[in-house]
Amino acid sequence: MAKEDYEMVMGLEVHAELSTKTKIFCSCPTEFGAEPNKHTCPICMAMPGTLPVLNEKVVEYAVKAGLATNCEISRNSKNDRKNYFYPDLPKSYQISQFDMPLCEHGYVEIDGENGEKKKIRLTRIHIEEDAGKLNHNEFGGGSLVDLNRAGVPLIEIVSEPDLRSPEEVDKYLRKIKSILEYIEVSDCKMQEGSLRADVNVSVRKKGATEFGTRTEMKNMNSFRSIVRAIEYEAERQIEVIEDGGKIEQETLRWDDVSGRTFSMRDKEDAQDYRYFPDPDLVAIRLSDEYIENIKNNLPELPESRRARYISEYNLTEKDSNLLTASKYLSNMFEDAEKICKEPKAVANWLLSDVSRILNEKELEPESIPFTAEQLAKMIILINKGTISSAIAKKVLEELFENPKDPEEIIKEKGWIQISDEGAIKEVVLKILEANPQSIADYKAGKDRALGFLVGQAMKETKGKANPQMLNKMFLEELK
Amino acid sequence: MEITELTVHELKEKLDKKELTITQITKAYVDRMKEKENDVQAFVNTLEKEALEKAEDIENKVKNGEMQGEYVGIPIGIKDNICTKGVKTTCSSKMLENFVAPYDATVVERLNEEGLINLGKLNMDEFAMGASTEYSAFKKTRNPWNLNTVPGGSSGGSAAAVASNMVPWALGSDTGGSIRQPASFCGVVGLKPTYSLVSRYGLVAFASSLDQIGPITKDVEDSAILLNIIAGHDRRDTTSENIEKKDYTKALKNDVKGMKIGIPKEYFGEGINSEVKEKLYEAIEKYKELGAEVEEFSLDIADYALATYYIIACAEASSNLGRFDGIRYGYRTKNFTSLKDIYRNSRSEGFGAEVKRRIILGTYVLSSGYYDAYYKKAQQVRTLVKKEFDKAFEKYDVLLTPTSPNVAFEIGTKSNNPLEMYLADICTVSVNIAGLPGISIPCGVNSEGMPIGMQLIGPKFGEENLLNAAYTYEQAVKFREKYKPEFKK
Repeated sequence: MAKEDYEMVMGLEVHAELSTKTKIFCSCPTEFGAEPNKHTCPICMAMPGTLPVLNEKVVEYAVKAGLATNCEISRNSKNDRKNYFYPDLPKSYQISQFDMPLCEHGYVEIDGENGEKKKIRLTRIHIEEDAGKLNHNEFGGGSLVDLNRAGVPLIEIVSEPDLRSPEEVDKYLRKIKSILEYIEVSDCKMQEGSLRADVNVSVRKKGATEFGTRTEMKNMNSFRSIVRAIEYEAERQIEVIEDGGKIEQETLRWDDVSGRTFSMRDKEDAQDYRYFPDPDLVAIRLSDEYIENIKNNLPELPESRRARYISEYNLTEKDSNLLTASKYLSNMFEDAEKICKEPKAVANWLLSDVSRILNEKELEPESIPFTAEQLAKMIILINKGTISSAIAKKVLEELFENPKDPEEIIKEKGWIQISDEGAIKEVVLKILEANPQSIADYKAGKDRALGFLVGQAMKETKGKANPQMLNKMFLEELK
Repeated sequence: MEITELTVHELKEKLDKKELTITQITKAYVDRMKEKENDVQAFVNTLEKEALEKAEDIENKVKNGEMQGEYVGIPIGIKDNICTKGVKTTCSSKMLENFVAPYDATVVERLNEEGLINLGKLNMDEFAMGASTEYSAFKKTRNPWNLNTVPGGSSGGSAAAVASNMVPWALGSDTGGSIRQPASFCGVVGLKPTYSLVSRYGLVAFASSLDQIGPITKDVEDSAILLNIIAGHDRRDTTSENIEKKDYTKALKNDVKGMKIGIPKEYFGEGINSEVKEKLYEAIEKYKELGAEVEEFSLDIADYALATYYIIACAEASSNLGRFDGIRYGYRTKNFTSLKDIYRNSRSEGFGAEVKRRIILGTYVLSSGYYDAYYKKAQQVRTLVKKEFDKAFEKYDVLLTPTSPNVAFEIGTKSNNPLEMYLADICTVSVNIAGLPGISIPCGVNSEGMPIGMQLIGPKFGEENLLNAAYTYEQAVKFREKYKPEFKK
């Protein structure tokens, strides 16, 4: 049998760090990037005798996430201890939720094949604390423990095994990311690890009703690696099955450099987390009013923005989709549009050149270094004829490298478009004088020669000449 | 009378009348410690010098009107599992031999606000696991009534220090009887408050759903006073109840007329020593004389309490003690080449046998495949125990039982037999399981002159009635006037 005869089945456990100001069980800040162990206290360092106090914001954020993903919110919930030893886990147990998560039975919609919507069901969303980090010791052997992240609140979003291709996984994850960004509960910075996913993969013969044995790849934090890892792992599993082997249920590590998965632990180490209710914390009880209140104050979700872009700005469905996929991009679009009143132009710039540069640099929209105002000003400069589109592309490159007011950039670089008739004429005459052969060619009916002449004129003016005016004037001179 | 023989309310009276000064009192206790600690071995760490300095400082502040706690300047001893900033908190374990907490437990903050003076940290069974204080990694505390016997445990240091007048009162902690049983062995008063009445913040956890800090004192009035100081809501402990603050001394009415006392007959069965029973029956008669209505009844579920207790307590302990991993603080083995070695060897070398036994037991009952049969079942029984007690308190104001089946036993006779040691808790554990308040007060001595304790149990937050019942009996029998520890060798 061939690869085409198999179907991939994926389910995701997405971990998102919540953007609360303080940690889940103490009042240390959650800020990323501080010097090691600066954001710690006796509680998150698990000093003997200390007790956790649940940060109410964490519950609120998780409920928001649940409501935005169509979940049922549990009126009665609790915290459980997940026991295991690791140096980044100060209490030797993680406070999580086991059998009574805050949110259950939700779904999100992604664009399926044939333009239809596909529902991806969510099993649950629960709250838990993050662990610390181990750093390689630069000054000696071993590892050093940094507990700044220990106790940063997380939600874990568990999907049903409803995903059937790497593309669907990619769409699903982007959907989750954009929802969390829209409702402002997580900044979803994948490179900082504030959004990461465990990916479960299995394969089965097409038409089979039973699922195959799954493997799990932990802590994936880039879209690209997730897609690659799934492709690799599904292919590996198919090969094993085709060779008459059996898939072992195990945890794998994806190695981005070699493009392979590796087994993480042997069976002997099979973990028994010995979950039990945390006796230090009281049950979480939520009233209907509490939930209703959060529901009524949810910010606009991507779905509704998308519809608005189509009706209000006449954008295509595809562009509206792409823009709203990232709240950051979408906000930038709206902010820039407000200034320059050119929705189509803003959308085009964001979705073509800006997105291309982000892709090349492997950056997320959050990393765009310039402001919406700077982008809008650039578009205004094009409309006024101060710069050409060609120059604008250079301005954009410059905005990525060294963001500042575009007007200043073009002044500094001397990129202001030459639209003065006299100046243009001067250049045209100069180029014609230097290229008698092209004149002859043109007159002999070779239209291409005009293009060559315009190109020469652009070169002469370092791209600053107004191309329409050049064209017009060459044609006049060549009559 | 010697200063150190006085109760706290007597000391306060003398301070108020200027018959004594704060420094005189602290000095008297420091002298007494020098005299008796060698025999009793109640302290893990004594703070003579610090206490004397503090006494002087406080005395000046009081003179200048800068401090005005009602019991300002009274010394106290603190069990060594309650965190004290800048002073070692060892839990009588090699694991925390040199651990200095960077913060005070909430109860310690409250003692400090009141202006009490810490005389030292008191010995205990390692991590509060034991009933004789023999499982301390550092020393064996002696019972002041007979130095060859144990003081009980796990708050054995606290009870022995109070009984030998080395401290006027002390804080203990009680997970399954660790305040009441040593109080009974040492002939003093030990109160385990309702679960959630006193903050657990800063108490090194043994079993979080059972642990409670409480007073060990010379008499019931002192118990009420110390409870006044330490009780109350704490936002750092979310299990602590936010209820109105009470003055428990106001409940001491010296009157039990019409009070309904229930006697659960299961607590007077086979395992209970006959001399203990005899003294308990005398106490029951005394209550009748005082006008209480006493009635025997059945508390069936009591038979399951001990098994339930050891499953829940060990399960929680196995998780609570996970943090002692040799990574951030506490003992770390010198003998390691891998991470697994650090864990295995630090914990093998740092914990004593009893602690390891309970961690293993607790790990087992939480394991997948066993969880339902043990931990879950124990939680179900726990609910039944609570219900049975609730039912009893529909009829009775307080319940009366022995505190322990026996008087203090000889050192070394039970320390190698864990099951027999566990049986020492049989009368006290169900009180913790149900989260109720319980108090142990002396009700006589046996033929060898060893004190016998009576336990009174009240409904949730029923400390007022409970203290009044204990107080009224105490005023009628005047145990302290008749018997004194003799430091028999």
